[in-house]
Amino acid sequence: APAMAEKLGLGRAATADEVAAWDLDVFPDGSNLPEGSGDVLTGETLFSENCASCHGEFAEGVGNWPKLAGGEDTLADEDPLKTVGSYWPYLSTTFDYVRRSMPFGSAQTLSDDDVYAIVAYILYSNYLVEDDFTLSKETFTDVTMPNADGFIVDDRPETEYGKFTERCMSDCKSGPVEITRNVVFKG
Amino acid sequence: MSDSSTKSGTSRRAFLKGAAATGAAIGAAGTARAEGDPLITEVQDWATGLGDGVDATPYGLPIEFENDVIRRNVEWLTADTISSINFTPIHALDGTITPQGCAFERHHSGAISLRKEDYRLMINGMVDTPLVFTYADLERFPRVARTFFLECAANTGMEWAGAQLNGAQYTHGMIHNMEYTGVTLRTLLEEAGLGAAGDLAGKWIYVEGADASSNGRSIPIEKALDDCMIAFKANGEALRMEHGYPVRLVVPGWEGNMWVKWLRRIEVLDKPVESREETSKYTDTLADGTSRKWTWAMDAKSIITSPSPQKPITHGKGPLVITGLAWSGNGAITAVDVSLDGGLTWQEARLAEPGKPMALSRFYLEIDWDGSEMFLQSRAMDDTGYVQPTKTQLREVRGLNSIYHNNGIQTWHVNANGEANNVEVS
Repeated sequence: APAMAEKLGLGRAATADEVAAWDLDVFPDGSNLPEGSGDVLTGETLFSENCASCHGEFAEGVGNWPKLAGGEDTLADEDPLKTVGSYWPYLSTTFDYVRRSMPFGSAQTLSDDDVYAIVAYILYSNYLVEDDFTLSKETFTDVTMPNADGFIVDDRPETEYGKFTERCMSDCKSGPVEITRNVVFKG
Repeated sequence: MSDSSTKSGTSRRAFLKGAAATGAAIGAAGTARAEGDPLITEVQDWATGLGDGVDATPYGLPIEFENDVIRRNVEWLTADTISSINFTPIHALDGTITPQGCAFERHHSGAISLRKEDYRLMINGMVDTPLVFTYADLERFPRVARTFFLECAANTGMEWAGAQLNGAQYTHGMIHNMEYTGVTLRTLLEEAGLGAAGDLAGKWIYVEGADASSNGRSIPIEKALDDCMIAFKANGEALRMEHGYPVRLVVPGWEGNMWVKWLRRIEVLDKPVESREETSKYTDTLADGTSRKWTWAMDAKSIITSPSPQKPITHGKGPLVITGLAWSGNGAITAVDVSLDGGLTWQEARLAEPGKPMALSRFYLEIDWDGSEMFLQSRAMDDTGYVQPTKTQLREVRGLNSIYHNNGIQTWHVNANGEANNVEVS
């Protein structure tokens, strides 16, 4: 380990309340979840009031705004639909992101119970729980996210870096070179 | 200036009033019309009158004739302009330093206004003492100044499925390159003390911004202790609001999303958070539907900025300067090759300066253009031996839906009129 530098004595100790106010991380295993709970039906009302104007009454999305539900089994399609249900690997991310950063334009206005309820409704919209489901710290790990195993750690060093090393200078391919795709938006 | 023959009867006062009066005076003098360019043979306004005083512009903008060298956005790319992107006018720039005023922006909840007095940076988690710093505290740490590129992970992302947008600004302009001044992350983490973290292998930091989006990302502690820094100056002056004023994170060589702006918290952890910005976003879907995560490094890449669709050849045949940018998140650029024939043959371009690690390099190739059509391409190499691939090579590995990390070779088709278009070639 590198030698630790001499401390300069700058800054001051953070208080427990300060850390609690800013450190809202929730982890994939559910650790750091706050106390509280919310059910699907409560979430449906809250979603309608706070979220549906952009994300649709059924979390299906409005216009160009993100779709939160749908898209099951489309990830290998030509035009995959990536939603909480079809793509997101961890439920913790939904809770964490909704609590920190949604609704867009009035983030951090939802109570922890509200967030539990809204996340429960998003799960229901993705057919991942029944309509009598209550999400809480305790039931959090009961939910299985369909694409939990859909991710691999960056493998470019193995799959690409050894492959992209040729620096051909002449006769690099057979001609003649022809246009295969023209610009779509000429501007 | 006091030569009476050019004043020809005008008073000194009228002469000093400048342009119109002086021009008229010359005409009135009945001077024989000289042979040649009147911009040379006739005294121009600026050569006789006065320019602006030094008090006219306390902080200046570019001259009006450069009004087209601006950031541009593409409305249909995003649902709104708040969580959105704009593009650096790289087609019109030269050298390597990006002027801050036209350096691209990417926000997720808009560019926020955060005063230095209101700024706080917290370090918490597995540290000996969780700390809070004010902005003034940060300025008292030992300082470093380093130049790096910041490239959005989505730069060139619209081009995965084919040639979409017509201009280097749009296809490659989610990038800027600045000289940053600040403090290394190592310095700050050691001030909080890493003893509590124990063996640092496998440890992480989580970084987040003060804005509503938070933009939280997990970073391996090896990277944090290696070359990350917090910056409060860029290109000599305070960060622009839209670039994270008063403090942003600098993560050399890694995707721009990780360069958290308005940085408010750094947490030492024994596991990654797997936040929204590293699960839903900034993960790269492959053809079989699985997705890569933690694709942090931006691989070697280059682009010819001129000629390009926004910078056609307007001077006809003869000497032509081909120029562009090359960069690599894995090290320094060692060479850039340019092809005029769509990749059949290549010649090595000239680097303006030896490549610097994880910073933009400028290249030039001077040719004698005979007026025939060209398929211009550039190909970057870095000091790991990596050679920038073609888009076809990338698609063979990844398919079409990766969204991010498109560093494939770009082709501009230049026709006999000197106009350039974004194309893909066989």
